[in-house]
Amino acid sequence: MKLELGKIKIEDIRFADKTEVKDHVLYVNKEEVEKLVLEDDKLIGCHLEIAHPGESTRITPVKDVIEPRVKVSGGEIFPGVIGKVTPPVGTGRTHALDGMTVITVGRIVGFQEGVIDMSGPAADYCPFSKTVNLCVVIEPADGLETHVYEKAGRMAGLKVAAYLGEAGRNVEPDTLETFETKPIFEQAKEYPDLPKVGYVHMLQSQGLLHDTYYYGVDAKNFVPTFMYPTEIMDGAIVSGNCVAPCDKVTTYHHFHNPVIEDCYKHHGKDINFMGVILTNENVFLADKERHSDMVAKLAEFMGLDGVLITEEGYGNPDTDLMMNCRKVERKGIKVVLITDEFPGKDGKSQSLADTCEEATALASCGQGNATLQFPAMDKVIGTMDYIENQIGGWAGCVNPDGSFEAELQIIIASTIANGFNKLAARGY
Amino acid sequence: MATVVPISLTIGANRIIPGVGIPYPIGDPTLGEVDSKKLRRRLVERALKALQTPVDGQTVFEKDDF
Amino acid sequence: MAKYKIVHYLNQFFAGIGGEDKADFEPEVREEIIGPGGALQAALGADYEIVATVICGDNYFGENLDAATDTIIEMVKKYEPDVFVAGPAFNAGRYGVACGTICKAVEERLGIPVLTAEYEENPGTDMFRKDLIIVKTGNSAADMKNCVPVMAKLIKKLATGEEVLGPKEEDYHERGIRVNYFAEERASSRAIKMLLKKMKGEPFETDLPMPKFDRVDPAAPVTDIKHATIAIVTSGGVVPQGNPDHIESSNATKFGEYSIAGMDHMDPKDFTTIHGGYDRQFVMANPNLVVPLDVLREMEKEGEFGKLYDSFFTTTGTGTATGSAAKFGDAIGKKLVEDHVDAVILVST
Repeated sequence: MKLELGKIKIEDIRFADKTEVKDHVLYVNKEEVEKLVLEDDKLIGCHLEIAHPGESTRITPVKDVIEPRVKVSGGEIFPGVIGKVTPPVGTGRTHALDGMTVITVGRIVGFQEGVIDMSGPAADYCPFSKTVNLCVVIEPADGLETHVYEKAGRMAGLKVAAYLGEAGRNVEPDTLETFETKPIFEQAKEYPDLPKVGYVHMLQSQGLLHDTYYYGVDAKNFVPTFMYPTEIMDGAIVSGNCVAPCDKVTTYHHFHNPVIEDCYKHHGKDINFMGVILTNENVFLADKERHSDMVAKLAEFMGLDGVLITEEGYGNPDTDLMMNCRKVERKGIKVVLITDEFPGKDGKSQSLADTCEEATALASCGQGNATLQFPAMDKVIGTMDYIENQIGGWAGCVNPDGSFEAELQIIIASTIANGFNKLAARGY
Repeated sequence: MATVVPISLTIGANRIIPGVGIPYPIGDPTLGEVDSKKLRRRLVERALKALQTPVDGQTVFEKDDF
Repeated sequence: MAKYKIVHYLNQFFAGIGGEDKADFEPEVREEIIGPGGALQAALGADYEIVATVICGDNYFGENLDAATDTIIEMVKKYEPDVFVAGPAFNAGRYGVACGTICKAVEERLGIPVLTAEYEENPGTDMFRKDLIIVKTGNSAADMKNCVPVMAKLIKKLATGEEVLGPKEEDYHERGIRVNYFAEERASSRAIKMLLKKMKGEPFETDLPMPKFDRVDPAAPVTDIKHATIAIVTSGGVVPQGNPDHIESSNATKFGEYSIAGMDHMDPKDFTTIHGGYDRQFVMANPNLVVPLDVLREMEKEGEFGKLYDSFFTTTGTGTATGSAAKFGDAIGKKLVEDHVDAVILVST
């Protein structure tokens, strides 16, 4: 399966009468976007705001972050959710509006929505402090059940991203990259002398409000399966979860999965990248046992020599991580884990909730309990009302001037456990 | 009483009763209130029995008869 | 006049009082530089002065832990030092434990920066490495010339407030404190490089050696359940409506104790859950799924066990540091023992 990914560099977003991309600027017709969002009667209010890197702007509570993309060679983006569940997914040509995002913002669903600061100390920890962001601020109807609200918020962001992606359909991209993974026997034959490497991709699937969607299927309802990496670049996986902000694998991060990107960089040079084993992190022990068994079986079936495993979230998913590690290693396949750490504010406690002796190689994505001072910002997109209740905050952590202290956990994707950031932790 | 038995074992718990699931460790609302409560009673009875049972190391009580 | 004052701690042997026969030597303070203090003073230079040396026999310290600590704290306090230094203890076990104990006490009670130095296998190293900076030494005093300059460099940093770098850079025993930094490459790139080495059988370095958790011996079984008092403890975040004690939804720093006296079940009107790590809808509708008060009351009435304790203890388990959890456990355990509780049902989500 081969995908051409064209990136159209977006340097700014401006409101205008017509939604279009011209000279690296995305012009957005505000009314059309707001109308699109309000098609859903679960949402009674919507307004748009633009946030630029370097501004004294805070965005919170953030639900999801999405990059606009469009299938230019047939097929539809976000198959099974926005688009139809029909081929081609992960093949043909896709255009992306690069350097910008759509961010959904609104009253919290759970405790798990986070903060993005466009400048100041917290900006160093968040990838979206460096992108131009179109914030879609939504207001739910009164008395909406939390999971109904979560779905409305999730769909609003995806719809807006798909709508804006259309603006890139006929624009010549600045860069065009090609990614290809062949059917298993052909792929094995292509680089017979290189070690065969796979990626075990664990999706958050802890129940209502902690879910991820695979072609529209709630991730807790599937059993582990194989994926061509390029399917993910076309939106086959979307985030619906409210996991701790620092750990949130946003829909943007699914598009830009760092393990997939980096495996492709090594593909044909020193590894033979065979593809993705997709699995989940369910709340029942039998699921954890069954699915880690199946991950190991798939890894063996694919003839892999080495595997990288990433998780989403912390706590009980650490058990899935360790079960996957142990069972894959016991098949004689080398494993490296990628995850983040939660050793307490003083850094002295245990980093993980579970361990296994096979976990001899781990790349750290930083520790999420370290605290940071967040200065007051001139502008808040959304509301600061929930900071004390959001994960990473605590009662009394907000000062009257709008500055506050919180754990890194409160920043969107600050310690994301798929290896996207350079943040790491080491022993002192 | 815990759902994720591997974590209980890692952290060193000695008497472990596997729970039903993380969002409902003792009981199962999908069975309806009556049966969920019956299940809870069974699990709590098992816990009381485990508390009266000598163990010489980490022990997982998976069944009622021990 | 030196800018910074140091107080130095030595055992009877290094102070030249004597060997095993003098190990019961009681704490004494002398306003002079003694034994290893000479080399240390030379390495520190004129801006620093060892203003006093505290001497204590290893056996005396070990057998009179609290009294010796209190006495020495008073001795140190008088001099208001900028840094307190103990040892180096090399592989002397009792001395190492004494250095660790007194350093920890000085730091906690007087708020003065402390430093000691010990051999890897000194029991004091394992006991105190989490709390203190313990410079690495060889296993005997022959290593004095190597470890003194390292100690001097760190003493200066502690006195001036200059940043103390990692254990590799500064040559101290890793404390196990996890500190963030920005790496050259993102974690996915580093992981692939690690995997390449692992697949080739080449040495590689993990970012996180797997931690080892404590073990405790199983408690003896309850022998008389008909008269036993049972308590409920949970990490499921069940709290009274309104969360009066503001227990955090993740990485809790506190636990709550709430009365269930006179209640025959956990009513969702009275209780909810603030746990941020699982789908709360089921427990919010029926908190008995985590705090099984309904069936425990029935069983209590039926005489299945003696008595249910009048309150339950609760915190949030998700993201909560093991260090905090251990503190909660100690405090809850202490209270339950005082109140003659015989057994606990701990429910985790």
